[in-house]
Amino acid sequence: MSPDAPLLAVDRLVKRFGGFRALDVLSFKVAAGEILGLVGPNGSGKTTCINVISGLYPPDGGTVHFAGRSIGGWPSHRLVHAGINRTFQVPKPFLTLTVRENVEIAKTYGDSRDAPSVEALLSALDLAGFAGHAAGELNTAQQKMLDLARALATGPRLLLIDELAAGLNPAELERVAAKLRELASSGIALLVVEHLMGFIDQITDRIIVMNAGKEIFEGRLAEASRNRQVVEVFLGDENAA
Amino acid sequence: MPRIAWHLLLILLPVVAAFAILPGLYSNHLMLFNFIIFMTLAQGINVIYGFTGYLPFGYVGFFGAGAYGFSLMVIHLHAPPLIALPVGAAAAIVLALLLTPLFRLSGAYFSIANLAAALAVLQVVSNPNLEEITKGPYGISLSGVFDPALSYATALAVLAATLALVIYLRNSHFGMALKAIREDPISAGMAGINVVRERVIAWLLSALIAGLAGGVFAWYVSVFYPETVFSVEFTIFAIVFALFGGNATVIGPILGVVILYGIYNAVGISTPQYFQLLYGALIMGLVMFLPNGLVSLLQRWGIDVP
Repeated sequence: MSPDAPLLAVDRLVKRFGGFRALDVLSFKVAAGEILGLVGPNGSGKTTCINVISGLYPPDGGTVHFAGRSIGGWPSHRLVHAGINRTFQVPKPFLTLTVRENVEIAKTYGDSRDAPSVEALLSALDLAGFAGHAAGELNTAQQKMLDLARALATGPRLLLIDELAAGLNPAELERVAAKLRELASSGIALLVVEHLMGFIDQITDRIIVMNAGKEIFEGRLAEASRNRQVVEVFLGDENAA
Repeated sequence: MPRIAWHLLLILLPVVAAFAILPGLYSNHLMLFNFIIFMTLAQGINVIYGFTGYLPFGYVGFFGAGAYGFSLMVIHLHAPPLIALPVGAAAAIVLALLLTPLFRLSGAYFSIANLAAALAVLQVVSNPNLEEITKGPYGISLSGVFDPALSYATALAVLAATLALVIYLRNSHFGMALKAIREDPISAGMAGINVVRERVIAWLLSALIAGLAGGVFAWYVSVFYPETVFSVEFTIFAIVFALFGGNATVIGPILGVVILYGIYNAVGISTPQYFQLLYGALIMGLVMFLPNGLVSLLQRWGIDVP
């Protein structure tokens, strides 16, 4: 891979569910160390995009290249070993395992020598005090942090973040934003799906606005708010009534 | 001393020692042998259900495959029992490999499809047209190799190996990975676990345990019919014993067998009418109040049950 090549290149990606095109010829690129925001109304295909890149759904068309290799249709564990990981909109920790075991299992099977230690990750995400507790005893915000810790334990180069900020209080939001910026400055590329525009504004330089599986805007968030098509998608067409 | 060594010392050793000593103190060796078989099968269920969450209603298919693999080696090739035993286990593993597509199913669908597969194997084995090979519905007689003492000792060795495996699972990253798969296969994949491969390994280990138990059972009883070694009762008992004690632990299935099979032998044979009542009440009570088995009582108090 040349130094200028993007870490992730999604080209003309299509995902269908029956007759519904959840992703409709979607293309974008993410560079190492960049935080790209993916925004759009509910059902616009943001989470489907993350699900396809992370191997949960096979694509029905188009390509996904990571670090120069075509990865479309790879199983999740292979993507993890290649350097891709994610968090989930509804956190999905192993509820009966302890918090430490949740991270330890990813550290063991994630196949990464560069990942921080389990204890360092638990400390960094304010989970050290719960290390011996079952993950099911954590509240939702803590489970989201555990999802993030588990992902980081595999030493990802690309992190797909699905609505991590939802439900966090302002102080927690500030800490998470700082953490994501810190990850990006260490060279990790982040693709962040989020509804909280203030949060997106804090951490991204560039966003993609999606609607009905298509990209309708790419650029800075401030520019997006002046884009007629974006405003229509979020607020409705004022002439429609 | 590492935790795994403690578990070997405090669980495996006393259980094996007890079954090694008891034949000298108690004359009903068949009952002791059956305890060993059910303890082995309950741990086999523990490996696939307790650790990975797949409940195989047709688990007895592997037991029967082991029994017939063993017997056909003895009958047709006059193999010594200790050579025939691994072949019986291999027959169970081959059956397990053939059934790996069942993992495309989940929950009750997997369980029922697995039961259907076991019944299909029974129908093949007991087919009168295959009498030359399997002895069809007329059953197997292995009187030439009948050796209750050696077969009992071998069954005990199989139980010891099974307990050692479950102790390893309880204390290893592999066992933790299996539990992660049981909790959430999608998250397990994102933890870097090759879900398909690890689940198949657990499935094959579970089949291996039942195959060895089936082979040694055939050797010990020496005379049996297809319905004996493919009886769904084996599966039901093994599942109930494992669930009663508590899955994904080493001592849960041991407790389940000791208590429930103990009651079965104390009450079930002499007064079966009371036994059914007692068994039904016990299992209902367990499902309602302790769905995770007896050991969950200790786990509720924060005790890390081995």
